[in-house]
Amino acid sequence: MKMTRLIAAGLAALGLSAAAGAAPGDYKAPEHHHWHHSGPFGTYDRSAIQRGYQIYVEVCASCHSMDLLSFRNLGERGGPFEDERFPNANDNPLVMQLAASYTRQWAGEVDDAGDPRIRPGIPADTFPAPYENEQIARGSNNGALPPDLSVMTRARHHGTDYVRSLMLGYKDAPEGVELGAGQYYNEYFGPISMAPQLVDGLIEYADGTEATKEQMAEDIAVFLTWAADPHQDIRKQTGLMVLLFLFVLTILVYLAYRQIWANVEH
Amino acid sequence: MTEDNGALDGHGEKPSRRDFIYIAAGGATAVGGGLVLWPFVDQMNPAADTLALGSIRVDVSQLLPGSEMTVMWRGAPVFIRHRTEEEVAEARDVELSALPDEDARNDNLPEGTPAIDANRVLRSEFLIVKGNCTHLGCVPTSQETNAGGEYNAWYCPCHGSHYDKSARIRRGPAPENLPVPDYFFESETTVKIGLNDEERANSGWAVA
Amino acid sequence: MSGPSTYEPKTGFTKWLDSRLPIVRLGWDSFVDFPTPRNLNYWWTFGGILAVFLMIQIITGIVLAMHYVPHEAYAFDSVERIRRDVNFGWMIQSMHANGAAFFFVAVYLHMFRGLYYGSYKAPREVLWILGVVIYLLMMATAFMGYVLPWGQMSYWGAIVITNLIGALPFVGDAIREWLWGGFSVGQATLNRFFSLHYLLPFVIAGVVGLHIWALHVPGNGNPVGLEVRGGKDGKKDTLPFHPYYTVKDGFAILVYLMVFAVFVFFLPTVLGHADNFIEANPLSTPAHIVPEWYFLPFYAILRAITFDIGPIDAKLGGVLLMFGAIAILFVLPWLDTSKVRSMRYRPLTRWFFIFFVLTCFGLGWCGAKNPDDYVLGIEGFKFLYFGQFLTLYYFAYFLVVLPVMGIVEKPKERPASIEAAVLGNKASAQPAE
Repeated sequence: MKMTRLIAAGLAALGLSAAAGAAPGDYKAPEHHHWHHSGPFGTYDRSAIQRGYQIYVEVCASCHSMDLLSFRNLGERGGPFEDERFPNANDNPLVMQLAASYTRQWAGEVDDAGDPRIRPGIPADTFPAPYENEQIARGSNNGALPPDLSVMTRARHHGTDYVRSLMLGYKDAPEGVELGAGQYYNEYFGPISMAPQLVDGLIEYADGTEATKEQMAEDIAVFLTWAADPHQDIRKQTGLMVLLFLFVLTILVYLAYRQIWANVEH
Repeated sequence: MTEDNGALDGHGEKPSRRDFIYIAAGGATAVGGGLVLWPFVDQMNPAADTLALGSIRVDVSQLLPGSEMTVMWRGAPVFIRHRTEEEVAEARDVELSALPDEDARNDNLPEGTPAIDANRVLRSEFLIVKGNCTHLGCVPTSQETNAGGEYNAWYCPCHGSHYDKSARIRRGPAPENLPVPDYFFESETTVKIGLNDEERANSGWAVA
Repeated sequence: MSGPSTYEPKTGFTKWLDSRLPIVRLGWDSFVDFPTPRNLNYWWTFGGILAVFLMIQIITGIVLAMHYVPHEAYAFDSVERIRRDVNFGWMIQSMHANGAAFFFVAVYLHMFRGLYYGSYKAPREVLWILGVVIYLLMMATAFMGYVLPWGQMSYWGAIVITNLIGALPFVGDAIREWLWGGFSVGQATLNRFFSLHYLLPFVIAGVVGLHIWALHVPGNGNPVGLEVRGGKDGKKDTLPFHPYYTVKDGFAILVYLMVFAVFVFFLPTVLGHADNFIEANPLSTPAHIVPEWYFLPFYAILRAITFDIGPIDAKLGGVLLMFGAIAILFVLPWLDTSKVRSMRYRPLTRWFFIFFVLTCFGLGWCGAKNPDDYVLGIEGFKFLYFGQFLTLYYFAYFLVVLPVMGIVEKPKERPASIEAAVLGNKASAQPAE
């Protein structure tokens, strides 16, 4: 049908616009990288999320909050410390231990006298924020606000690639680019208030992996991707089953359709 | 060109193949419809964050004998009473046969445990029970406010249920004793209500 | 077209019910025995697809409303909580957000179908107008729904769209403040948008009922644009809706659902904007505000007017033109002067139609772009000029092409009946009795 072909042509034109729109701005688009979770069959690399969590705790967490994450998430289905023996993440000893490693006031809790209640964390507590409020955060960072990282990889185009590229993208500022006080130059961002964070051997990975810059940039990118989209693995698994089912059903209905219309001119 | 032309063809196999397709298509549609219902039902079950907030810690060091406190746990009140020796004695001096509900209703102990006072408390001086009447869920009033009912313990004003010094139902429409939540003493003075598997195993509860 | 009812209640209960509330008879006459032209192609399956998607949106929406919190401070987090903590929330939220897009894809194809095959012409004017009403309600619903997650695009989209109202002379400011319930988009706005977003789908469902009613009086149009013949010959032109079209629609719905499932499960956020994963912040505007893709053509028309027209300033002019682009659909049945329904038999107008479809896509492209950028990098050819040209054609199609072509164009010869069209040569060999 002519109409069909025309609309296909129109859709192609729109696709062209989408492709052209993917690279705005003056700075480099994130470098494409192949991830273990890429594609419809890809799943998260659990050990990468575990290492990424370690980087977050030891490096990022001193400035960046992750308000939407709770310790229990680490032990939930698809999480880095999921353990079959503890289907309820709140009973997972490793998660309990990670939570209990922070002793502080949680979520503004007060005791019976109205003073801040200081206690070890439990799996239900959210990741502790480094600053009490935005003003303090800005005050400690030359007026810049370190963004919350909970959904960072979804809040940027090609978020996983973006985080990795950004972590590795620090360069000397090109000629003509003025940097403000406390700013650095990143070829994927431009002038940026975050200092370069990663140097080879910055941390010692619990699993013995060599902590190269590239390794750490990948791991933190995977960790943040998991944090923004914790159900990705189960989402894809469910999707495959749904598609398979729909495919079979569609064939059956198509056969029924052919059968019913078999002797009808139309 | 009527709708049943296919069936009128005399070929022996054709109708059965045709029927198979219809039945398979109809059946698969029904199965798919059934499966897709589940997520929409399950979404109303408690969410992961709700399930995570299942436990609280209560400091009972300031609770003097003969006084009680009410704490919130899982969105509902829990009574914690520091009983005097007389109250304990009164609670223990009750024949099982005098109780309308002979089950201890204790989440820490198996079902069917006899409702003697020793099966209702971990430490005899501290009685900890969920604070909603087992009739229709009102919060009973207490002896603290001189409204403890016939047994001078708890009384539900909604429909007149009287509970005794062990928070067992004695008279009125309520069918069951006030239930005991799962808890243990994390330290001498701290009660943790809502336990995980590991804590439950080491809580120290045993049928008396 | 709906002849005498063929429904015969068989059991005692159905007889009893039929004489009191003939609801089974209504269902039978409308969806089982309804005589439907035998030559409908797949473009006619989008009505069924739309019905399915209205249901999906209402059911998933009711579920989301059980968990969503319409409050400035909690809205963003409550949507994230649905994605993270609510059982199957990630799936239901994704179905709702992507369902809106698929709803619009289907409605646009349904509308292009109507435009190509002349479905708006007598005696189906009311059917068409009800369809445009549904489309308007859908746009209002989708716009308010997009505000609810309270991300940056939600917030700034709401600011931009409500400010359009402010362009109206004299009453604009008062109406805008009334819409906001304050001096900017805020808590009051969010709360009322939530309320209306819940209400409007049920209004849509009601108008859909009228739309189907208005369809079942004249009956379906069809690709050749001929009416079903009266009397005995009518039977030769039609088939009962069930099982012929239930199974055909069912097949089309399943194919569409498969594409939908790919997005729900594998590309859940690809149709959205990354900026909407940043919580609303009244102090900082995203670099590039664009509406959802299904509004882009109208956004391009809005921005096409950059000059004052007499007493009407550019801002008001853009707003008027944007609303005019939809309003013109209401009078379309009287703008098209041709007696021939289907573009199949309108050799010239057909090309204008094809160009009209391309124009709609082109406007969408312009809407997504910065007006000062160059089309395909051609120096000096700004998207603004491209958008202005396409806007001109959009209106010219309705105001010039359709009225004039009906008079000057010589249509191709049409078959004698639907039956003749279907049987083709066989019909000419054995003329109908």
